[in-house]
Amino acid sequence: MKRFRAYNSAILVALVMMLIFSSTRVSVLSAAQGSKSSDVPAGNAENGKRVFTNHGCYECHGREGQGSTMTGPRIAPDPVPFEVFARYLRKPTGEMPPYTAQVVPEQDLADIYAFLRSRPHPPAAKTNPLLK
Amino acid sequence: MAKSRKTPAGRRDFLKSVVAGAATLAAPAEALPARPVAERPLHAMPLLPPLIETDPPADAEVLTLDRSGSDFMVDVMKSLGFEYVCAVAGSSFRALHESVINYGGNKSPEFITCCHEESSVAMAHGYAKIEGKPLCIFAHGTVGLQHASMAIYNAYCDRVPIYIMIGNNLDATMRDSAYGEWPHSVQDAAAMVRDYVKWDDLPISLQHFAESAVRAYKIAMTPPMAPVLLVADSELQENPIPENANLHIPKLTLTTPPQGDSGAVAEAARLLVQAENPLIVVDRYARTQAGIELLVELAETLQAPVIDQAGRMNFPTQHPLNQSNRRGAAVANADVILGLEATDFWSALNTMHDQVHRTSRPIMKSDAKLISITTGDLYTKANYQDFYRYTGVDLAMAADAEATLPSLIGETKRLITADRKRAFQDRGAKLASAHERALEQARTDASYAWDASPVSTARLCSEVWAQIKDEDWSLVSILRHFSWWPLRLWPFDKHYQYIGTQGGGGIGYNAPATVGAALANRKHGRLSVSFQDDGDLLFAPAVLWTAAHHRIPLLSVMHNNRAYHEELMHVQRMANRHSRGIDRAGIGTTFEDPHLDFAKLAQSMGVYAEGPIDNPKDLAPALKRAIAVVKRGEPALLDVVTQPR
Repeated sequence: MKRFRAYNSAILVALVMMLIFSSTRVSVLSAAQGSKSSDVPAGNAENGKRVFTNHGCYECHGREGQGSTMTGPRIAPDPVPFEVFARYLRKPTGEMPPYTAQVVPEQDLADIYAFLRSRPHPPAAKTNPLLK
Repeated sequence: MAKSRKTPAGRRDFLKSVVAGAATLAAPAEALPARPVAERPLHAMPLLPPLIETDPPADAEVLTLDRSGSDFMVDVMKSLGFEYVCAVAGSSFRALHESVINYGGNKSPEFITCCHEESSVAMAHGYAKIEGKPLCIFAHGTVGLQHASMAIYNAYCDRVPIYIMIGNNLDATMRDSAYGEWPHSVQDAAAMVRDYVKWDDLPISLQHFAESAVRAYKIAMTPPMAPVLLVADSELQENPIPENANLHIPKLTLTTPPQGDSGAVAEAARLLVQAENPLIVVDRYARTQAGIELLVELAETLQAPVIDQAGRMNFPTQHPLNQSNRRGAAVANADVILGLEATDFWSALNTMHDQVHRTSRPIMKSDAKLISITTGDLYTKANYQDFYRYTGVDLAMAADAEATLPSLIGETKRLITADRKRAFQDRGAKLASAHERALEQARTDASYAWDASPVSTARLCSEVWAQIKDEDWSLVSILRHFSWWPLRLWPFDKHYQYIGTQGGGGIGYNAPATVGAALANRKHGRLSVSFQDDGDLLFAPAVLWTAAHHRIPLLSVMHNNRAYHEELMHVQRMANRHSRGIDRAGIGTTFEDPHLDFAKLAQSMGVYAEGPIDNPKDLAPALKRAIAVVKRGEPALLDVVTQPR
């Protein structure tokens, strides 16, 4: 087992990543609001959940796509537009490892995307007594 | 040095006589055959009956003694104020052990029974970070120190004082194979850890021991603090204190931490006051509550943002100037950056990209001025690379940051004009607003996957907070694997509420360190709380027994993601990089088939435990029950099955 972990540097890198991803997410989410559902390929959310787990997406983004400051941003229930999503998975520009077409076929991407969009929106944090 | 037992068979025959006496009481002498010593191979010893010696050796005249060297060693330990000694019992320090519990009355220090030397040291690590002073550790000079070494390395990297005392049998003619004393002996016992202890010694007389013991304590406690090691030779422990020895214990006076040069302090103040966007980066900065308050005063004087790298409890998490949740923006905006014990200053200012070819880039402005105040510049070794990447700074003070802050604050206040003060107020208002937005963002982030099963780490964090917020709490665990949620959501403002990380990144720290920290918190009546990683607990879980046995109150809430999750992500990255087997990263990294049952594990060691809990709605009542146990003065563990991070 790899015992050494570059803690402090990883913390900072991850937080910077979060900022980068957060910025990306905000801008792309705005674009997503204007996108058409026809832009999104048909996907099977149930299979998407299975693939999301088997391909290790959950490791960094959580089993619900909720994200973590340390590992990867929130990607559900409002993922970036599918085109951006697919492009980023194939050729990420940040810390994410690449998911090439050799190991994740196009249909799996569509299914994962459908799974992410199927996740429930939480109630506003302000209404949650434990988050006040 | 005493030489009263320097006949070749002195201690050996004394021991044989004791064994013979006990055996004689149990059975008629003629019923058991006598066996010569030469027939006692080490590996066969457990199979042989007790020895009976029909003819006592001629030189076995000394059977008892009033005071041995180990008694004096305990006097020395008492003079240094050790509350506890943590140890796995070992023959090479049996005299010290007996002197602690009998001569010393098992009080100051009290013997804490450990089940692994790594746990002994990590307990001392956690204790020191709460109490600000070291515990004592006993261990075999060979196998015990080997077990302890990773934990010593963690403490060394974390600049935490640990006081290690190891037994050894230096005199080859006094070693008894029956007790494994040959493989348990070593020429230079400290050699294997010398790279990561600050000082060590091998005293050869009791007076030498006293002086080295006091010196070791002083060195350990002088910033940068670090582990120290003394070899307590078994002959020195067990021999009688010589008559007319005239032993005395030197006075301990701790060294005042070094302050920054006055000219450099004045220059730093000038740069900070003139800066449009100064920034303070802290890591292993605050040693005391006063250190936190000084940093608040400096930040408020300048209305400067603070980025806390979380090596210590440095700055109140919900202070408006705490910008740790938006550090990238804060660093990018800064024109003067002050690093206070910023161990890894480079990573605060740059990013590294972990793809096939690792690349890095600065996130700070190219013309930003850098100031560092750190004891790291006073003490560096070469072999282990815990000094991190070199950072070219504009002003470097080789000094203790906490000790330097009073003069820096004074000089800063002296330079502030009315114009600058107005500018500072405007800056502070913007920072307060940014802090509030970041806090709201953290709460929003926490709301996602709220009802998920496995339980989200944010939900778990919030459920625990709901139960402890009105207590005098102390969060004693590392938080990195827990997405730092508590630091993002809870209001920390006391020195003991957070104790940082393990320093060297060695796994197996958290469980014993939290028990050690809880031991320190016990006398203060604080509620110690830990988020306990599953993989970490698996290294040396018997520390749970230590907690139960010594009635150490600690709430351990398992962050049971059923994996060495960081390693899982590393392997995933490699599989993706090679475009192969991306669904196989769990091999060697996950705890599946079967799942571990940490509640049963804890229960088997006498710890109250519940779980596994995977429905978040079950958390609140389980937490109430567990906290009631902890408030009774006992440890409790809840096994919660969680999201990965």
